[in-house]
Amino acid sequence: MSATHRLAAEGLTLAYGERAVIEDLDLAVPHGRITAIVGANACGKSTLLRSMSRLLAPRGGQVVLDGRSVHRLPAKELARTLGLLPQSPIAPEGITVADLVGRGRHPHQGMFSRWKREDDVAVAAALEATQTTELAERAVDELSGGQRQRVWIAMALAQQTDVLLLDEPTTFLDVSHQIEVLDLLTDLNRTRGTTVVMVLHDLNMAARYADHLVALAGGRVHAAGAPDHVLTEETVRAVFGLECRVVVDPTSGRPLMLPIGRHHMTAPAEALAAGEPIS
Amino acid sequence: MTAVVTPPPSSVDAVARYRVRRAARRRLVITVLAVLVVVVFAASLMIGRTFYPPGDVIRVVLGQEVPGATFTVGRLRLPRAVLAVVAGLSFGLAGVTFQTMLRNALASPDVIGITSGAGAAAVFAIVFLGWSGTAVSVTAILAALGVALVMYGLAFTDGVVGTRLILIGIGIAAMGRSVTSYVLSEAGAWDFAEALRWLTGSLNGSTWEATVPALVALVVLAPVLLALTRQLSALQLGDDTASALGIRVDRTRVLAIVAAVGLLAFATAACGPIAFVSFLAGPIAARIVGPNGSLLVPAALVGALLVLVADLVGQFALGSRFPVGVVTGVLGAPYLIYLIVRTNRAGGSL
Repeated sequence: MSATHRLAAEGLTLAYGERAVIEDLDLAVPHGRITAIVGANACGKSTLLRSMSRLLAPRGGQVVLDGRSVHRLPAKELARTLGLLPQSPIAPEGITVADLVGRGRHPHQGMFSRWKREDDVAVAAALEATQTTELAERAVDELSGGQRQRVWIAMALAQQTDVLLLDEPTTFLDVSHQIEVLDLLTDLNRTRGTTVVMVLHDLNMAARYADHLVALAGGRVHAAGAPDHVLTEETVRAVFGLECRVVVDPTSGRPLMLPIGRHHMTAPAEALAAGEPIS
Repeated sequence: MTAVVTPPPSSVDAVARYRVRRAARRRLVITVLAVLVVVVFAASLMIGRTFYPPGDVIRVVLGQEVPGATFTVGRLRLPRAVLAVVAGLSFGLAGVTFQTMLRNALASPDVIGITSGAGAAAVFAIVFLGWSGTAVSVTAILAALGVALVMYGLAFTDGVVGTRLILIGIGIAAMGRSVTSYVLSEAGAWDFAEALRWLTGSLNGSTWEATVPALVALVVLAPVLLALTRQLSALQLGDDTASALGIRVDRTRVLAIVAAVGLLAFATAACGPIAFVSFLAGPIAARIVGPNGSLLVPAALVGALLVLVADLVGQFALGSRFPVGVVTGVLGAPYLIYLIVRTNRAGGSL
């Protein structure tokens, strides 16, 4: 088992200039579980994630890892416990997969220390876990979107952190690659006990893959808990301002959200919203 | 971490072999470049209006008296060749540092105005204030740091280098050059060659007095940048990723900028802003090294080679003598145009 880590936001306020994005937010990340953060556009999901990995200093409150504020921890020490995959990481022109994944070893290396066997082992393990071993010598910019995202996850894995934060890891992927990436993260969580925290756009994917679902609205946590409890018609209405039906996904048993629009409805929207059965 | 998935030994070995192969390839390239620098350096001591064989040159370098050669090689060619190497290393290293840090080949200090800022300040100090030596170097450094600071303030919103930084930089570079031109036009007594030194860079009339400060700066500042190699590689992945890898992004960037600007300013104060060496060294090194690790050392060597070869070409290969900066300028301008055209085709994002 990996060491138990307690990651939490306490009374966190985040702002860009004068505009507060997150206000007085409390959030505890359950250890060893998959947490998904959802919410409307510009509700502060990514901002929250950035602050949890100390990319953004809080205006008030703090992010605490194992009882210490992340903004006070030494940079490398934090980077050995907590990894982050940003939304659009930049691959230098021509860099190969093995080289990119190897850069994940930085927090484990001293300024002049030589590359060690354990670094090679970590890189090989990361490539194996993401099924990118075959791609090791290819240039990252020649890969497909799904492959590239797996390579970035491999880099974060080579960092060997017990907590992994991901900002919309599936955004630019088609549906089969989305499932591939989310399955991979679930594997990591189950086999290594890695605590995963991700911002997701797709509510249904979030409900399917998360153990713990956090819905943000108005800079605060609107609801948090098991997907069954969080993904409800009331929550979607409050968080997204959208009428919907929530049914049980026959393939996963998790809640599945069916949005109600103005067109292509089998019954009038009001009737559907009122809960009449779907024919 | 526990419950670690142990990879098969064969795949660990494959990773290790690939890494060793890349490192070997990198070492080979660096060795070949270093040998070439030494060979061209030696050649530039021998070649001239009078040819001196290697034996004479070595005896002069060792401090022995050789009639004729002691003056020609020891007093004329040696300072010039040493300054060529020092300036080339400095320009190459500083250029590739900026290009790596800002993730853009166009963001080299000679395109974005830092070099021309240093040059304008140096020529101003010499012509209007009558300064020389260290005072000129210090003025050049302050001006270059000032320009870098202005750029930092105007364009570093989130570490991503947009078209804005390049355009502001090209504007600042033009201002620097026009200040230089104005100052030179006021200094009527200056001859053409001396004026060209401050417009495009020249090694004509190199002396030890001019060379030594640049050499000292190189010895002090190059190790600072080399120690930042890994941090700069991480910065290439974007500020967020670098920060997540435990890099202190702002500290690294400030340290790298100060060291690179120092190198540039001292070299510029010695021989003028030799055109496009900073700009060309990194991309040429990238072509030669391939995706095999940091470009800092290879780009520095390419820079030295560029200046040495361009100076030989400028002195002897053409009908009349041209300063080194004219030759590197002729090489660099087409590449600059090519990059800008390519950037435009790619949709305008630099």
